[in-house]
Amino acid sequence: MTALLPALTAQAKLRAHRTPDCACDAPHGVLADRPDAMVVRHADVVAKAHAPGTPEPALTARLAAAAHPGLADTLLAPLSAQPARLHDRLVTLWPYGAPVDRDDPDAAPWEEVATLLARLHRTPHAGLALPLPPMRGPEKAARAVARLRATAPHPAASPVERAWGVLPAWARDEAPYPGPPHLCHGDLHLGQLVRTPADRWLLIDIDDLGTGDPAWDLARPAAWYACGLLLPEEWTRFLNAYRAAGGPAVPADGADPWPVLDVPARALTVQTAALAITKAVAGERALDEVEETFVDACRRMAAVPPDLAPTGTK
Amino acid sequence: MHCPKCHAQMHTYNRNGVQIEQCSGCRGIFLDYGELEALTRLENQWNGHQAPQAPPAAPAYPAAPAPAWGAPHGGHGGHHGHHGHKRHKSFGHMLFSS
Repeated sequence: MTALLPALTAQAKLRAHRTPDCACDAPHGVLADRPDAMVVRHADVVAKAHAPGTPEPALTARLAAAAHPGLADTLLAPLSAQPARLHDRLVTLWPYGAPVDRDDPDAAPWEEVATLLARLHRTPHAGLALPLPPMRGPEKAARAVARLRATAPHPAASPVERAWGVLPAWARDEAPYPGPPHLCHGDLHLGQLVRTPADRWLLIDIDDLGTGDPAWDLARPAAWYACGLLLPEEWTRFLNAYRAAGGPAVPADGADPWPVLDVPARALTVQTAALAITKAVAGERALDEVEETFVDACRRMAAVPPDLAPTGTK
Repeated sequence: MHCPKCHAQMHTYNRNGVQIEQCSGCRGIFLDYGELEALTRLENQWNGHQAPQAPPAAPAYPAAPAPAWGAPHGGHGGHHGHHGHKRHKSFGHMLFSS
């Protein structure tokens, strides 16, 4: 495991400058080092080691989708069509793109991300080179709840469990999505887009890409808005841009989007709350005010199950 | 407080100093004595000469629809109050993580 970082760095150097021992002063560094991913940059090249146990056929199909010309203006295209194997991890190579500024959330490109999602959702997945697996949104929510269950008891766990319990089976990854499948990103947040040297925003991170409910990709901003964290103006900008770009997840005519957003936004609120509790327990700290906001939303959710939930406010 | 119609929990919203109870179930709104008049007065101040025929309760609804389980929105001064307060580092971090 410890040998992975130098090996991954060597891969990035090899691709960028044709030598694994390049000692140039081009921009370089570790972009992410998490249990599920290690990402390093050298000059214009980014090498990503995917999560241990990532199935190769699924990753190859997702890589092929990102490389498809029909998605060139939506997804960042990889530098190689096949994943490589390195220390039991699958590795992919990408061109470097500048991320959204984390220190300036007020400058978040809501319109751009909404437009990219609309484009992605409108792309016919049947036309892609390889059939894609289901997008992994519900699976990630279920995994967050499983992690919560495996962690030490916490008073906030029970409202989160109750909110999870009222969700339909498909949203808990216990049944296939029953609606018409669309091409989806599967794990959208503001870390999932980069600006290319040609000054174009593109979506990155294909690990959860697949077919499913496109509303899932809108559900994180929707949950932030519902929890009172995202300003109504920002949510409206995001939603309007998505509609203007012909996004199919919500009714186009300006009708209330919550009948379709409700279940995915609940699931992502549960996921966020479950991960927050897990991290707080591991860090032996209390939940912060923002994390409490998600637990509070879970408390309210359990009282209004999705099938009874009146959506919209006229 | 519970809704007299569907018995779901009612949440308190503050609209420019006017307390409004909205049902988390049927979204019905309960106004205390004098609150309707207070809302009408506020609406007239804002709208000036424009559209006086609008239903007086209209400003009580959020600008964008939100789910029944959502947090009370915009009722604490909107941009500069409640939201600005919560918009700290933790949320900034959350915008970028899975």
